[in-house]
Amino acid sequence: MFLGWIESYAAIGVTIAIATGAAMVFLILAHTIGPKRRGPVKDSPYESGMPVLMDTHRRFNVRFYIVAILFLLFDVEIIFLWPWSRLFHHVATTGATIPLENGGVAGKEYLVVGMGMFFLMLVFGLIYEWKKGAFRWD
Amino acid sequence: MTEFLTSQFGVSIILAGVVFGILQGAVAYCIYFERKIAAWIQDRCGPNRVGPAGLLQPLADGGKMILKEDVIPGHVDKNLFVLAPAIMFIVAFVGFAAIPWGGQLELGGKLVSIQVASPDIGLLYILGVASMGIYGVVLGGWSSNNKYSLFGAIRATAQMLSYEIPMGLCILVIVLTVGAIRLEDIVLPQTAYWSDVIPKWNVFLHPLAFIVLFVTMLAEANRTPFDLAEAEQELVGGFHTEYSALKFGMFFLAEYASMITSSALLAVLFLGGWHLPWIPWAQPEATGIAAVIVKMLVMGGKIAGSLFVMMWLRWTLPRFRFDQLMRLAWGGLIPFTLGLFVLTVGLLYFDKHQSPLWTLGGNAVVLVLTLAVAGLSRRDVTGRPASLPSLEGRSLTHGRLAGDVS
Repeated sequence: MFLGWIESYAAIGVTIAIATGAAMVFLILAHTIGPKRRGPVKDSPYESGMPVLMDTHRRFNVRFYIVAILFLLFDVEIIFLWPWSRLFHHVATTGATIPLENGGVAGKEYLVVGMGMFFLMLVFGLIYEWKKGAFRWD
Repeated sequence: MTEFLTSQFGVSIILAGVVFGILQGAVAYCIYFERKIAAWIQDRCGPNRVGPAGLLQPLADGGKMILKEDVIPGHVDKNLFVLAPAIMFIVAFVGFAAIPWGGQLELGGKLVSIQVASPDIGLLYILGVASMGIYGVVLGGWSSNNKYSLFGAIRATAQMLSYEIPMGLCILVIVLTVGAIRLEDIVLPQTAYWSDVIPKWNVFLHPLAFIVLFVTMLAEANRTPFDLAEAEQELVGGFHTEYSALKFGMFFLAEYASMITSSALLAVLFLGGWHLPWIPWAQPEATGIAAVIVKMLVMGGKIAGSLFVMMWLRWTLPRFRFDQLMRLAWGGLIPFTLGLFVLTVGLLYFDKHQSPLWTLGGNAVVLVLTLAVAGLSRRDVTGRPASLPSLEGRSLTHGRLAGDVS
């Protein structure tokens, strides 16, 4: 049985240390064992044998940026759903109440309405982006 | 000393080492079985020269990878180039820490969990660690200074980002059903039974979320049919084109290790983890050493089954096109999983979240609604550029003209 949170995180730390150690050993092995024969051909990028034309780090398609931005929006929204889900399960199954600022208490209806508003915005955003053509890749 | 070794922290540390070792071996043999399964599907022999039935092939491959020249080409950004495989490797092997492998073991009169760590945020921890893997891919592709690597890395990033959203929503369906984020607490309710016969595995409550989670895991692991990041015909090796010797091997190990993590997560969330109905050793009450071994074997069996399906799919399905991939994520899986989420909230509101009749009925409703919407919007799903001649009056299916030969 785990008694405290600290031993869990200490054990995770040990795991990270083991994995990091193994990765270091692998990198050092790769660096030390094995021949070292360099040449101009090995030093050039492998692009199917064609002479290298342009610099690699040029502009690329803007749609990848759009995907990244949309991911940021959606993932932040979904992270918000995590604590809400845990709380909603607690309130819905045990009938617990949430104290409000005006002194009253609220039940599961309060949580559903609040999340409903948020969720509608999320869905509206998705539909808007779809209609705007943010996901058109053809 | 023995007091430390029988305490939870001591067991955790021993387990961290043992699990790491077992996984190294398991990953090496995953590659062997992948080749054997490929051979079986394509009616070949597969590796059969090194050792009996080729069983020593992974060792030979490992030795060869160590002895080969580790080329660091002159044009790369050297620090990031070396860092990328290390990040991939570390991240792939850290996610295991939160997986419950075998319930609890009675040791010196106390119960200890067969689990390296049990953080309260277990699921979030695994999700967070899994998404860190993107850094290895991006840094590897960017620092290689090779167009194939860069394109592979960009594709992989866009794909992994997109599929993380439906993945999170599928897991939220289970969080809503079970009400726990710690992985042990997700396994335990699944060890009960409906009318003493059928185990309360979540897959019987939410089969659609199970399937979607499996699909998103394929995409996260860059497996076929989502392996656009390393599409050999287009991008040579994708983000690891410039890597050789043991650094290439580290990418390979990391890929298979993350497949095993996601399979373990799938087993914990939907298939009851180490639980197997009617077997007395695979019940939560059994805490002997034999019970722990049986539970670990059950867990291993479930992981192996999931891995087999992944390998089977690799040699069965063709690869997606990138626009199809993105449309599947944003236009298909995200609205679909949002629907599943709403369904689960509704079931929980009316206290029907543990009744299979209601959840399965709800799943059917969501599926029918999705299919109806998909059917109605089919004309939009052709992918024909506007610059080509109009197809007015001709019906289209999957980007091809109806009636076209070939």
